[in-house]
Amino acid sequence: MGLRNYIDKIKPNFEAGGKFAKYHSTFEAFETFLYTPDTVTVNGAHIRDANDMKHSLISVVFALIPCFLFGTWNIGYQHFLSLGADATFWQTIGYGLLRIIPLYLVSYVVGLVIEFTFAEIRKEPVNEGYFVTGFLIPLIMPVDVPLWMLALAVAFAVIIGKEVFGGSGMNVVNPALLARAFLFFSYPSKMTGDNVWIADKADAYSGATPLGTIFNGGSVNDLPSLSDMFIGTIPGSIGETSKIAVLIGGIYLIISGIASLRIIVATFIGAISMSLLISDIPFYYHLLMGGFMFGTFFMATDPVTAAQTNIGKWIYGFLIGAIAILIRVANPGYPEGMMLAILLLNVFAPLIDWCVVACNIRKRKKRWAAAERSDK
Amino acid sequence: MDKIKIRKGWDIHLKGEATKQTESFEPSLCAVKPTDFIGVLPKMHVAEGDEVKTGSVLFHDKNNEKVVFTSPVSGKVKAIVRGEKRAILRVVIESDGKNDSLDFAAANPLDLSRNKLIDNMLQSGVWPMMRQRPYATIANPGDKPKHIFVSMFDTAPSAPDCDFIIENQHDALIEGINVMSKLTDGNVYINVCKDVPWRVSTDAKNVIFTEFSGPHPAGNVGTQINALSPINKGEVVWYCYPQDVVTIGKLFLTGRYDSSRIIATTGSAVHNRHYYQTRIGACLTPILETDDNSRIISGNVLTGSNITNDGFLGFYDNQITVIPEGNKHKLFGWLRPVFNRFTDTNTNGDTRPYIMTGQFEKVFPFDIYPMQLIKACLIKDIDQMEELGIYEVDAEDFALCEVIDPSKTPIQQIIREGLEFIRKETN
Repeated sequence: MGLRNYIDKIKPNFEAGGKFAKYHSTFEAFETFLYTPDTVTVNGAHIRDANDMKHSLISVVFALIPCFLFGTWNIGYQHFLSLGADATFWQTIGYGLLRIIPLYLVSYVVGLVIEFTFAEIRKEPVNEGYFVTGFLIPLIMPVDVPLWMLALAVAFAVIIGKEVFGGSGMNVVNPALLARAFLFFSYPSKMTGDNVWIADKADAYSGATPLGTIFNGGSVNDLPSLSDMFIGTIPGSIGETSKIAVLIGGIYLIISGIASLRIIVATFIGAISMSLLISDIPFYYHLLMGGFMFGTFFMATDPVTAAQTNIGKWIYGFLIGAIAILIRVANPGYPEGMMLAILLLNVFAPLIDWCVVACNIRKRKKRWAAAERSDK
Repeated sequence: MDKIKIRKGWDIHLKGEATKQTESFEPSLCAVKPTDFIGVLPKMHVAEGDEVKTGSVLFHDKNNEKVVFTSPVSGKVKAIVRGEKRAILRVVIESDGKNDSLDFAAANPLDLSRNKLIDNMLQSGVWPMMRQRPYATIANPGDKPKHIFVSMFDTAPSAPDCDFIIENQHDALIEGINVMSKLTDGNVYINVCKDVPWRVSTDAKNVIFTEFSGPHPAGNVGTQINALSPINKGEVVWYCYPQDVVTIGKLFLTGRYDSSRIIATTGSAVHNRHYYQTRIGACLTPILETDDNSRIISGNVLTGSNITNDGFLGFYDNQITVIPEGNKHKLFGWLRPVFNRFTDTNTNGDTRPYIMTGQFEKVFPFDIYPMQLIKACLIKDIDQMEELGIYEVDAEDFALCEVIDPSKTPIQQIIREGLEFIRKETN
């Protein structure tokens, strides 16, 4: 094939001693994007599963597409609704695209430039992890977030959240959530309140999210209907509003084996138990408000930052759900607890795993001791 | 008979099982490969051109002079092939077709002392068939193993049918089991996948039959050891493959080292797929009708060794698998759905850091945290490896983890290197 021949022809330039040897990682990233490598097994098992890191991570991006599509439409829908203007479906989508594409451009350009640079410096292949992170970040932002802030948040998340620890697979907290947390604490006025969730909102129109309404003393009666909250025609972060879209993607992730069902179930159990315990409003409102569902399916399940042991996943998920609701109900500062709960448990996940593994070790040592006694 | 069901694992179905008919193939070349044995340093007893009989010593292990390796056929030493740093790769014997065998004196194993039994096995060269865990090295004749394990079935992809292989050799098998029963003060665990007719004829007292079911690696002796009596720190168990038990049994029945071995040729890239009666270490190149650009594996696709270049059957193997090489690029391969999972030897991706979790646990039927143990081996932390259960496993127990690993890391090699590190540090 022509393309393959061309790649094989220019390849020596990018290998050790070639003219562009310092761009080896970049070349490799593009080459393997086009073609799977021709490497064969050398030792150990002679066959390898067709699934690799590219397949696994691209599944997450596929799973996010329903959220992306609905989010794009909802940007336009909320905008025209606040203006009281009529708009056709395509006008709505068109406006949404106009607002969301710049966010994606900034997210991917800033993130990938940093990723490629670090890969070249470390002389390692470029990791696919950022394709997922870069796709997630705009979806968890308010639509009105200024682009320069987004750029800053992405740079912070990728460098401080990931690269300083050694890159994908080594990070302690979820980089996408870290980007959001960075803005949340640095520029709270752009991340909370009633004015950031609808693009170019008319001033008189209330743009409060359901969580914001409750937080400011509203009751269940002030909230949008349950069906609106489920379908997602409400203000909120771009990708999170439609629970239908989240469920479609989430179920796909579970079926393809990427997301851990244990974590998801445990998070729901944690959230439901805590809301039954301390919350005045029915628990199903908590499940439908804010980023709970999106966070559960797409953030809590990040395999790198979640607990790694199967028992640990139950504990980790349960605590995320419980603490998210606890923050929502009990703290006076922030309406949303999901982001903070996940970040907190990201930090504690290694400790949870350590305890689970320590139990296994203790069991083994007991067996050793018993065997020694019976020898005597 | 106790029954144990293995729940975790995966049966990989590959194209190309062997049909159940046996052809005879008397090889003109046979080789003994020191590389088949972990940790063996060969010291040659013969030179190129020497005449040898079946059972003549070719070399011994410098670490344990009693452990000798003998010729599987009579004839002439054709070549001693060396590789990097002059390490001996294989000793090739040209068969004279007579199979003229040394006599090691037939005897009823139940009448012999344990030491005499071991001496007979050592001298005839069948001793290397006894292996130990941990480390999967040849058993140390000075040890007293806690138990001895024999797995009478194989669950690896396209594995040969063990019952079919030993169909007409039940006498020798039982004689071999009697030998095992004298070698340990513990039990001889014979693990089967269904009840076997010859069970009733075993008269040794410490022989225990257990029926296993479930997906691969239910047939791996490591899985069975773990289910029956996990290895504690400081303990040693021995194990042996069914055809090797038969060979050991024949040694005592006839006084001769009978190197005959039934193997199955399997895999999509070989055309004559059935069973062959041949010899240990046989050069199989003359009979294998393979496709171009294919890989010949002695053993199964999970743990076998690549013998494309020399074609000699491995010492412990009873299967040849031939599959296409996968040295081709695929356009936008990462977008393609993952059907047709196993067609060739392509790695289907590059090595990456560990990102996914919880995958190994689905195919790893041990009470061990696989990822944590792999990482302990990577950092060569002996305390951690011990605590996490390294003595209970061998590289082959991780073969399925390696196959499904989306990060494409050499897990069996990592575990092997971890085990070898401990073996060298502690011995």
